[in-house]
Amino acid sequence: MTVAETPSALNFECETGNYHTFCPISCVAWLYQKIEDSFFLVIGTKTCGYFLQNAMGVMIFAEPRYAMAELEEGDISAKLNDYEELKRLCQQIKRDRNPSVIVWIGTCTTEIIKMDLEGLAPRLEAEIGIPIVTARANGLDYAFTQGEDTVLAAMAHKCPKEAPKEEAEKTERNAISKLMNFGRKKEDITAGDAEYVDHPPLVLFGSLPDPVVTNLTLELKKQGVKVSGWLPSKRFTELPVIEEGYYVSGVNPFLSRTATTLMRRRKTKLIGAPFPIGPDGTRAWIEKICSVFGIEPQGLEEREAKIWENLEDYIKLIRGKSVFFMGDNLLEVSLARFLIRCGMTCPEIGIPYMDKRYQKAELDLLEKTCSDMGVPLPTIVEKPDNYNQLQRIKDIQPDLVITGMAHANPLEARGINTKWSVEFTFAQIHGFTNARDILELATRPLRRNNNLKDLGWDKLVKEEAKV
Amino acid sequence: MKLAYWMYAGPAHIGTLRIASSFKNVHAIMHAPLGDDYFNVMRSMLERERDFTPVTASVVDRKVLARGSQEKVIDNITRKDQEENPDLIVLTPTCTSSILQEDLQNFVDRAQLESKGDVLLADVNHYRVNELQAGDRTLSQIVEFYINKARKKGELPQGKTEKPSVNIIGISTLGFHNNHDCTELKRLMADLGIEVNAVIPDKASVHDLKNLSRAWFNLVPYRELGPMTAEYLAKEFEMPYVDITPMGVVETARCIRKIQEVLNAQGANVDYEDYIENQTLHVSQAAWFSRSIDCQNLTGKKAVVFGDSTHAAAMTKILAREMGIHVVLAGTYCKYDKDWFREQVGEYCDEILVSEDHGEIGDAIARIEPAAIFGTQMERHVGKRLDIPCGVIAAPIHIQDFPVGYKPFLGYEGTNQMADLVYNSFTLGMEDHLLEIFGGHDTKEVITKGISAGSDLNWTKEAQTELNKVPGFVRGKVKRNTEKFAREREFSEISLEVMYAAKEAVGA
Repeated sequence: MTVAETPSALNFECETGNYHTFCPISCVAWLYQKIEDSFFLVIGTKTCGYFLQNAMGVMIFAEPRYAMAELEEGDISAKLNDYEELKRLCQQIKRDRNPSVIVWIGTCTTEIIKMDLEGLAPRLEAEIGIPIVTARANGLDYAFTQGEDTVLAAMAHKCPKEAPKEEAEKTERNAISKLMNFGRKKEDITAGDAEYVDHPPLVLFGSLPDPVVTNLTLELKKQGVKVSGWLPSKRFTELPVIEEGYYVSGVNPFLSRTATTLMRRRKTKLIGAPFPIGPDGTRAWIEKICSVFGIEPQGLEEREAKIWENLEDYIKLIRGKSVFFMGDNLLEVSLARFLIRCGMTCPEIGIPYMDKRYQKAELDLLEKTCSDMGVPLPTIVEKPDNYNQLQRIKDIQPDLVITGMAHANPLEARGINTKWSVEFTFAQIHGFTNARDILELATRPLRRNNNLKDLGWDKLVKEEAKV
Repeated sequence: MKLAYWMYAGPAHIGTLRIASSFKNVHAIMHAPLGDDYFNVMRSMLERERDFTPVTASVVDRKVLARGSQEKVIDNITRKDQEENPDLIVLTPTCTSSILQEDLQNFVDRAQLESKGDVLLADVNHYRVNELQAGDRTLSQIVEFYINKARKKGELPQGKTEKPSVNIIGISTLGFHNNHDCTELKRLMADLGIEVNAVIPDKASVHDLKNLSRAWFNLVPYRELGPMTAEYLAKEFEMPYVDITPMGVVETARCIRKIQEVLNAQGANVDYEDYIENQTLHVSQAAWFSRSIDCQNLTGKKAVVFGDSTHAAAMTKILAREMGIHVVLAGTYCKYDKDWFREQVGEYCDEILVSEDHGEIGDAIARIEPAAIFGTQMERHVGKRLDIPCGVIAAPIHIQDFPVGYKPFLGYEGTNQMADLVYNSFTLGMEDHLLEIFGGHDTKEVITKGISAGSDLNWTKEAQTELNKVPGFVRGKVKRNTEKFAREREFSEISLEVMYAAKEAVGA
């Protein structure tokens, strides 16, 4: 255990950026479901549409509240007027769906032809009477989950500036919303303010499924911390009030633009904490928030220990094994930190983009975890090169590779266990309660192996095919 | 601008990639932004491919936007040339590179100087053609390139093979049941005593393309992929081609008779009539099926057909001509080929619909209320919503349309598969209908899953709400485990807290 006594700084590298990931416009898939009164209009080409249609599988058939504004040759050559075209489509959307907000997703094409979406939006907004939020979630600048970041950063501008003044009106509104949400609203109805410590308002940002929102809110409530609102909330019309001096904290590692916007444009204070992924991360997240508000956290240590105890059956399967992150969704550092705490080793963390400031607390916790567990620090490879990574995987022969679907089957055929990384984006992985779900995913290939062992079917390609 | 939720045919580059990755040892490099390599995911997932898809991107990012790709594309091509020694690298333009208007041909020319393998720019325009047209074009482009190359080197073989032989053109990756069709066609050729000279592009080597002219004729089973190549070979070498899709009993016979004619014109002196008769009457079950009582019950039932030209046209003819089913509407999304489609199905259906708008097809189905639909995955979902059974006959398709078991649509085994597909679609519909008339199955609803009595535990409103959010199929389990947990700890009421505690403790 003395090996890693002297903590060396993490090693950061940057490769060619030739890697596989989802296009950031995929964020509409989960955001349109999260924000129930929204409509997402992706302004792009057939390529964008084809990606969304295939990546979202069955969701496409469920009358989604998103569509493509498919650009045609006339749009590219500016034969058609962008404003008039968008107006026509948005009026059609208003007529058919009547959303509370239309989110325009700018794509590579709108960037290249320099369509001034930010300029057109306010004019059209005034003309058709529906708020329009513009997010440039394109593959020229961003990867996968960063799409959500661009949308939330744009939405941060739309959050109300101050709380409604009149108390009477407020309660009346609440009464109505209580009625409307009968049997749906959770603790905000029952909880009196008495249970909370007096602290400046805290707004959390990051889109999570409602059960996870409830769970994390409840977790903070136990410590007397009141969550004043979430960006985004269930409905666009319920976006939280953000006043100067409010505190904000992110729940996901890919939200650096949103964090920056909240700090610089909305003058809030960012609580930089590790992310509530895994029981270690959740505890560190709560502790950091508590420490900012001068609260002594209660019973967290026992709670964390209890969770770990219940994870033991899964941890047994992965302890001492190695995991390799090829990198595609920016959750990599948090997941690696959790898996190392579970007893795994991690030679490489590939990641599309590394914001060392926004992720500082998470990186510190990663370093500490490695030293606590006595394992070498991983190399963090920003903008990885998939081809080079495959060579390294071939050399290292890790026990588990977390990767995109493009590489999963070919690696499995070569006897390398894989877990599809996108599942971590859509599964519920936040908070104490969901730690088990992360391990459920991570251990699945290993459990599969236990079932199929002794069959001699590990390598299913003929010659040692070129990796 | 067009408001679009769904598209039947993909963008042009998908067609090019399908061709490139079908060949052996051909690599495609897309000039595209990050995330456009989704093709690799589709191929790896849908085809369950064991090998890495030979497609990479030369990433277009901000820097490229600001000052052009410069050396980047060339470096990526030469790098791939060294890493994997492909025979051919196909530089593939996308919608992005269409607008950037960089001189990709210049990159290709320069990269060729340093590469051992060949380098080619796919000649497709994103805004003019779709996936299917681009695939057809790319295949003929690659064939032309290698024939010209062989000719220049004086390596073009002279003369034909000794025995009658064929090139099967148009079998590709991500094609609907293409691999099974290929096996079936090879079997059919073997039965007819015809050697298979080449199958392209599927698993073919570009080095063998120079030998294409040795075949006596070309067989182009699909309307969407291959005709341009067959046309080119016909012009260049006066090779005849057969483009009758052998799908269904009548069309298969027609295809074989055409082959017979083509071969006899070259002095083969073959007679396939006995073979056709034997297969039709005794080997394939489809002809017998149309006589049987099962099929009689289908007489006059209404059906709607929609898909690519090949499959929609063939299906329409099978339903109308071979099974006596009333095809009210036949349609295709291959707008560029509508005249051919009209000519093919004109006499076999009441209406023809050529459209790329899934809403229009959905509305037509709702209006017609057919007893069964034969369409793409989109029509399957329309059918689900309207409670009409649907057999999937064409792309766009999902993973379940890439079966592991042997399921050709072409040839004589294909006719058997079609009979099953059609019959199963209709009987399911009939059964469903009868059930409705007679008020459901004669079984009682299962009330309890065990012998224990109902719960005596109270769920708070919040917890109950939370429980209701759990997907139905596991809700019972969550409820039982939570209550068990609560009982063991003597909680009288189940609150949200208890629920989460139970989840943490027992994974409820």
